[in-house]
Amino acid sequence: MMRPSVKPRVAFFDFASCEGCQLQVINLEESVIDLIDIVDVVSFREAMKEHSDDYDIAFVEGSIMRPMDAERLKKIRERAKILVALGACACIGGINALRNRYSVEHVKKVVYGDADIEGNPFFDVFHTKAVGDVVDVDYYVYGCPISRDELAKVITSLALGKKPEIPNYPVCVECKKKENVCIFEKGGFCLGPVTRAGCGAICPTNGSGCEGCRGLVDNPNTDSELDVLKKYGLTVEDALGRFDLFCYKYKGEVSK
Amino acid sequence: MSKKIEIKIEHVTRVEGHGNIVLDAEDGAVKQVQWQVSEAPRFFEAMMVGRDYTELTHIASRICGICSISHGLVSLKATENAMGVKISDQTLWLRKLAHHAEHLQSHVLHVGYLVAPDLFGVGSVFPLVGTHKDIVVKIIKLHRLANEMSDLFCGRTTHPITLTVGGFTKIPTEKELVALRHRLDDAIETTKEVAGVVLENAGKLPDFTRETEYIALSSGDEYAMYDGVISSTDAGRLNNDDYLDITNEFVVPYSTAKHARHKRDSYMVGALARFNLNSEKLSPLAKDVADMFGLKPLNYNPYMNSVAQLVEVAHCLEDSISKVDALLDTGLKDEVPDFKVNPGRGVGVIEAPRGLLIHDYTIDENGKCIKANCVIPTNQNHRNIQKDMEVLAPQLVGQDKDKKEIELTLEMLVRAYDPCISCSTHYLKVDFE
Repeated sequence: MMRPSVKPRVAFFDFASCEGCQLQVINLEESVIDLIDIVDVVSFREAMKEHSDDYDIAFVEGSIMRPMDAERLKKIRERAKILVALGACACIGGINALRNRYSVEHVKKVVYGDADIEGNPFFDVFHTKAVGDVVDVDYYVYGCPISRDELAKVITSLALGKKPEIPNYPVCVECKKKENVCIFEKGGFCLGPVTRAGCGAICPTNGSGCEGCRGLVDNPNTDSELDVLKKYGLTVEDALGRFDLFCYKYKGEVSK
Repeated sequence: MSKKIEIKIEHVTRVEGHGNIVLDAEDGAVKQVQWQVSEAPRFFEAMMVGRDYTELTHIASRICGICSISHGLVSLKATENAMGVKISDQTLWLRKLAHHAEHLQSHVLHVGYLVAPDLFGVGSVFPLVGTHKDIVVKIIKLHRLANEMSDLFCGRTTHPITLTVGGFTKIPTEKELVALRHRLDDAIETTKEVAGVVLENAGKLPDFTRETEYIALSSGDEYAMYDGVISSTDAGRLNNDDYLDITNEFVVPYSTAKHARHKRDSYMVGALARFNLNSEKLSPLAKDVADMFGLKPLNYNPYMNSVAQLVEVAHCLEDSISKVDALLDTGLKDEVPDFKVNPGRGVGVIEAPRGLLIHDYTIDENGKCIKANCVIPTNQNHRNIQKDMEVLAPQLVGQDKDKKEIELTLEMLVRAYDPCISCSTHYLKVDFE
């Protein structure tokens, strides 16, 4: 592996999430040893006790749910030269945004009832936000969870001062390369035609339709998606009903 | 002059999620000690309402990145119980293997990466790469095997793809099972070596005991992990459908995660609870590992939970070998799930790595979820952690330990429970005490 002249200082942070994306760092297994050869990990609460506020690259997992979280995120942004959103919750709100179907008042009422939580900052939630809704994001590592190979590539690129390359073509491209039988042909439903690739079409390859966890490609070919739906006797409502599992954030734009 | 100790550990490290420890002592007396959970609540049950039954397992797995397979599996159990779906023996065995893969991954992660640094007196596993590379490489080898076993049965390490209502969307080939069989055999030796090194350093585990109630699944057939009846060291066998009367969740204002209690003011779930209730059903090597550490039921030292996890690593490996053999004997068949959508309510129970996990769904005639409730292991443990601290902190302060040692001992206590805080702030409905 090429080594940078100066090791960049890297920090990992998490907000509302399952921490499964940070776990993929540990899931790099032996490659973690190579990784700490090219970067200095200075903060990674899930795996280490040491912490430093002096870092170059911040990886941020999770959605932003409360003012106290937004303030913490802004401080991270101020300190980092490069901020990378890690995973669906951070990139597009992901599954956390599913609750944005309801008003904040409704959710609070359902969850806390008449309990006295006014003024308690722990419980002061707003509608789920992606990291990019609160601060500027330099790069996105998509997916639920992220692909650990893609993460290793991104870290290596950034350590070498290069711009990481993230695919901007649909999952169908990767799926066809793998010569999978189309999920629609098998009577299933799949968001592969409009979802950003990079996962190696992992869900269709395992016999399950794409759920759109990497979000939309930049210019989704909605006409072709409509053709596919028509061919298999499905409606736009069917599609949107599945789409908001991870992509609630885009729902307003797409349904127009 | 009075001697004050003020501790505020914000965001305890090497645990999943955000929790704080607050201690306030003066002249040898503890005025306040609190285990606070500050993680943002995530409202999963609200997310499930209105969704199709086919999506519930995929939503549920996102509650936790470490125990996504247990959440996926228990979600299927609740869905299948609600709709009256029966699964084949092959599906049952494959699911149990997927579940073992997760226990292996989670326990190796916890003992090897999160607890071991305390035993070696360092802040993380990273410096151990330089000083103890041999053992780190062995731990990584076990961790990799566990993850690749998850890949094989679930299609992915985190957030399973292949688990679906009634069966699987894809199953391994016999050739892949044979290859796995060899690696599991090989891992037995590695596990013995890792256990040996942990034992050499186990003197750093504090000798603290506090009697409490332990709750876990029990089964007449095997060491209960995938299936069983909710059982208690205080109350014996209970009824799974009465889980609300067992867990009795409630909220305290210093925690966004619920607390729970049953017969006493708190109880514990997890590897130590399973060991305390079911140790006689462990595999031979698992019993050997327990003997190595002198672990016997009933053990009331929460720090021994990490040792109980190591015991379960041995058990999961040996039990996986016998299940793979059984599958290879019968041969694998391609099965297509066959069932109808029926309305109903179903409760699913399972032992997640961190303990008893319960999902309860109501599904309507169109296959939509109309009600969901999830009871998470860490929620059940938060109060036991708090109660441990209330006994442990005065002991430490009374022994005139310095602030650093008190901090470390309290942090190690939290870590011993292997809390999964994101899980425990998943939330539906709560009542304030």
